[in-house]
Amino acid sequence: MSTVMQYVRDDTGPATAPSLEFIDVVKSFGTGPLEVRAVSGISLRIAAGEFVAIMGPSGCGKSTLLHLAGALEDPSAGRVLVDGQDLATLGARDRSELRRRDVGYVFQRLNLIPALTAVENVMLPLELDGVSTGAARRSAIDAMQRVGLDHHLDRYPDDFSGGQQQRIAIARAVVGRRRLLLADEPTGALDTANSDQVVELLRSLCDDHGTSVVMVTHEPRFASWADRVVFLRDGRVVDESTPAASRNGGDPLGVDR
Amino acid sequence: MAVREGLLALLDEGPRHGYQLKTRFEGATGGVWPLNVGQVYTTLDRLQRDGLVDVEVAGDADGAPGQKTYSITAAGREELGQWWVAVPSDDPPPRDELMLKTLMAIERGRDHAMEVITKHRSALTALLQLRRRERREQRDTESVAAALVTDALVVRAEADLRWLDMCESRVTALAATSTQKGSSE
Repeated sequence: MSTVMQYVRDDTGPATAPSLEFIDVVKSFGTGPLEVRAVSGISLRIAAGEFVAIMGPSGCGKSTLLHLAGALEDPSAGRVLVDGQDLATLGARDRSELRRRDVGYVFQRLNLIPALTAVENVMLPLELDGVSTGAARRSAIDAMQRVGLDHHLDRYPDDFSGGQQQRIAIARAVVGRRRLLLADEPTGALDTANSDQVVELLRSLCDDHGTSVVMVTHEPRFASWADRVVFLRDGRVVDESTPAASRNGGDPLGVDR
Repeated sequence: MAVREGLLALLDEGPRHGYQLKTRFEGATGGVWPLNVGQVYTTLDRLQRDGLVDVEVAGDADGAPGQKTYSITAAGREELGQWWVAVPSDDPPPRDELMLKTLMAIERGRDHAMEVITKHRSALTALLQLRRRERREQRDTESVAAALVTDALVVRAEADLRWLDMCESRVTALAATSTQKGSSE
């Protein structure tokens, strides 16, 4: 019970976003002649409160990178640090605690539980963590406000549009003190208007609530909301872009034609 | 370019002075198409010469002496009517610098092509990021015209990025086939 109490206290304190760092990370699947390197030597630092988009052709290692960030997979070599803490040095319990308490996931599929109401879906991770129903509900309502959904809390997922359902999924991912959001193609199942709104929401979670966001996408339209876009190919970082980079370079491509 | 027709469209709303036309033109195009006054008057002179616009000079008694008011003629309306429905001609042809550079790079070989594609993709993405940032900063003050102009720039950059993706996948596919051929020989 003491851990639960501590958790609730943490939840009310100032929530700072963790930074995320990959140092010479390699991830292979299979061994010997069948070995496939999904990630072959990536070093990348994502600052606290930064919004980074990861782009690249399919099979370039984008999703694997997210799995490594969330400790869903272990690197074959190199280190992954969340808030300066090497995931490899954490015991199994600490890792799953970190996964539950600091890191949230959003996927292309909405993954809401249809038999639970919107707010119950958002409360779920906290309740699984042993937080009391009352405290979980308060945290869930706070998270739903952060994503701009503060009414119809007790309706069921099917009553919401696809875009709203993804908002609920994002609320569930950031509920409590989770401030590292890993989003894998979060707009994949949505139409353009809803997609724009979802990415704009990720942007505002960063700007207004200091959440660190790492989003995998193949759409430049959505990647352009990020502070930084990292391009992967064959498991390596091949380039990066930030808005400042083009400011110096003027408009060499004649896009302003 | 289409400044001539743009001025006719504005005159179709009612008679205007030259300077009014300049400011209305710039407002309607979201501030991305500045005109100098000289250009406006040269264009109006030509429109008058072609009988598409009439000029009335104000008397000395009221207002600025010699100030000209322009209005559209029946012939001008007819020309404008045709302009609204005419599909823009395919001019200039699709020979922009990005395309030339990328095609030349592909000609030179896979590695060079990938390098050029990668650099241009980051530069275009950075440009998109910049537009997003500007848009966010101006969100509350932006006119509809300015927003639509930004939208146009965004979708054009997206089209270029999409095309670069196609270049990359074709070059990759090509390299894969030639490697296979090479190893089977």
